[in-house]
Amino acid sequence: MTSLMGQPTSDGRFGEFGGRFLPESLIPACAELETAFTEAWADAAFHDEYESVLRDYGGRPTPVTECRNLSAQLGIRVLLKREDLAHTGSHKINNVIGQALLARRMGKTRLIAETGAGQHGVATATAAALLGFECRIYMGAVDVVRQALNVFRMELLGAEVVPVSSGSRTLKDAINETLREWVATVGATHYCLGSVMGPHPYPWMVREFQRIVGTEAHGQCRELLDGADPDVVVACVGGGSNAAGTFAGFVDTDARLVGVEPAGGAAIGRGIPGVVHGSKSYLLQDEHGQVLEAHSLSAGLDYPGVGPEHAHLAASGRVTYHAAGDAEVLDAFSLLARTEGIIPALEPAHALAWVIRAAGTDDLPAGCTVMVTLSGRGDKDVAQVAAMFEQSGLLSPRG
Amino acid sequence: MTPGPIEEALRARREAGRKLLVPYVTGGLNDDWVRVVEAVAAAGADAVEIGIPFSDPVMDGPVIQEASQQALAAGATPGSILADVARIDVDVPLVVMTYYNIVFRAGHRRFAQSLAEQGVSGAILPDLPLIELDGWGRAADEAGVETILLVAPNTPDGTLSEICSRSRGWVYGVAVMGVTGERTTLASTAAVLGRRLKAATDKPVLLGVGVGTPEQAAEATVDADGVIVGSALVRRLLEGVGPDGAADFVAALRAGLDRT
Repeated sequence: MTSLMGQPTSDGRFGEFGGRFLPESLIPACAELETAFTEAWADAAFHDEYESVLRDYGGRPTPVTECRNLSAQLGIRVLLKREDLAHTGSHKINNVIGQALLARRMGKTRLIAETGAGQHGVATATAAALLGFECRIYMGAVDVVRQALNVFRMELLGAEVVPVSSGSRTLKDAINETLREWVATVGATHYCLGSVMGPHPYPWMVREFQRIVGTEAHGQCRELLDGADPDVVVACVGGGSNAAGTFAGFVDTDARLVGVEPAGGAAIGRGIPGVVHGSKSYLLQDEHGQVLEAHSLSAGLDYPGVGPEHAHLAASGRVTYHAAGDAEVLDAFSLLARTEGIIPALEPAHALAWVIRAAGTDDLPAGCTVMVTLSGRGDKDVAQVAAMFEQSGLLSPRG
Repeated sequence: MTPGPIEEALRARREAGRKLLVPYVTGGLNDDWVRVVEAVAAAGADAVEIGIPFSDPVMDGPVIQEASQQALAAGATPGSILADVARIDVDVPLVVMTYYNIVFRAGHRRFAQSLAEQGVSGAILPDLPLIELDGWGRAADEAGVETILLVAPNTPDGTLSEICSRSRGWVYGVAVMGVTGERTTLASTAAVLGRRLKAATDKPVLLGVGVGTPEQAAEATVDADGVIVGSALVRRLLEGVGPDGAADFVAALRAGLDRT
């Protein structure tokens, strides 16, 4: 038995989930990566470099902000872990700096990555620019349209962006295409996977590179709360990297942990065990095993699977997973902007939507303290949200 | 384990001095796909691979992706394809190629039994590497289904020998670092891998991925017992050549192999 949020088993399992389900061509690369990460993560010099880059370049530590206005309105105490203030605008930078430093240590000269909303692509392109890698980003053709500004950002940073027109033309297909390229270029190329998914060691490694979110937040909450922990810790879950990093800092406390999936892509809520993109986890699929398309207004959560460790955390009962729908997510997006002067990304707006819905219920009783990881800022989403407000013809952002 | 029917059949043909040819046909692609299988078998195939399409085929290039999507859009399911397979009348072994989630969703034993019941002798699951083979491997063995394992050009020697000893039917050498699809020339990795595999095993060694012309097939069998040809055939099927055109192409591959 592995302890919760410790190391997976030697075959990459979290409980029954995880593993390394990939073509034989990629198995040596995964083994090489596992060895390199294990050595690097045990090396104090590697930690020093990772932490100093995230501090001096990435803007860490990010603060925890007490939301006084929102708290007064909801009748609960709301704290936000401000990953929106990290360089490139989201938590994604933590993972890519870790992986890029590791890739350099492994002698790789090139990074490839998938991206959904574009945040991971921008972060990877950023790390590539900083550390001198060639960089290619695969992005679903639908997302290239939805997130045009991020495409320009990646190109500005020197990356090549390749639109993917196969399948549903979103994140899942971008991952397929990145894996296909990796099979052909694996020698000099590192696949900088963006979430706690994929084959072993990625789910474990990415969680460790995101653990800094939870470690910081845990200490910052204790300072704010006179040595106490929040009653509830909430994060949005697509693949689940910001949630995994956040939960890793609180799994050994008494805080209740809540993950919020998009209603149209609730792999834990509505999926059943399956295998895609290298690991076994909950998956939206039909009765024959064909993977279904997720439907979410948030490109970053538009994924039919979920990281295998989340599947295990759900099965263990340590984390509870809920879903948030598009309409309440838009409301939460607007509410945080108006009450706190913070425009969240649509992804963490899912976590906020659940908090708003649950406030005052048994899930979040009046007076309780909840910490939400605000995984990214909403600049990338404002054009899309403006168009949705206009289309709906219902509500202006003023409500 | 004693050799199964596929390995027996391929060994016998190899011993008779024949180079082996296994074409790949996407199940459910066009209404006449069953006739395509029969036509390529009659045109000189030694076994036929039937693809059960999957929504996310990571080992496949654009041609087989397109064929898979067309078949799925036309309503093909694992069940409908296997029901069609039962009607196929050929005297060479049939092998299913699909992705692991199709098998996992159905359940290892149920899937293995349904293959055996419909007359399928073997299975190829390109995203199920040796280290994850256990559950399926046992269920397939019990049902008498031969699981053909893949070896890549970068597979280390130790793993290569383990795969050779665990593989049933034949050993599938992936001729190039990459996904399925036609290439202008045979990759230099093909010959090296063919020689490594032949040195490691007496089982039939077939090279596939990036083998798409009679010339490439002939070149690949200098160092291997045979070839698997997928995208080059499926591209023609997508272009509408039908069973007769498929047979012509397979006959040309056969002639290329017989000249060596």
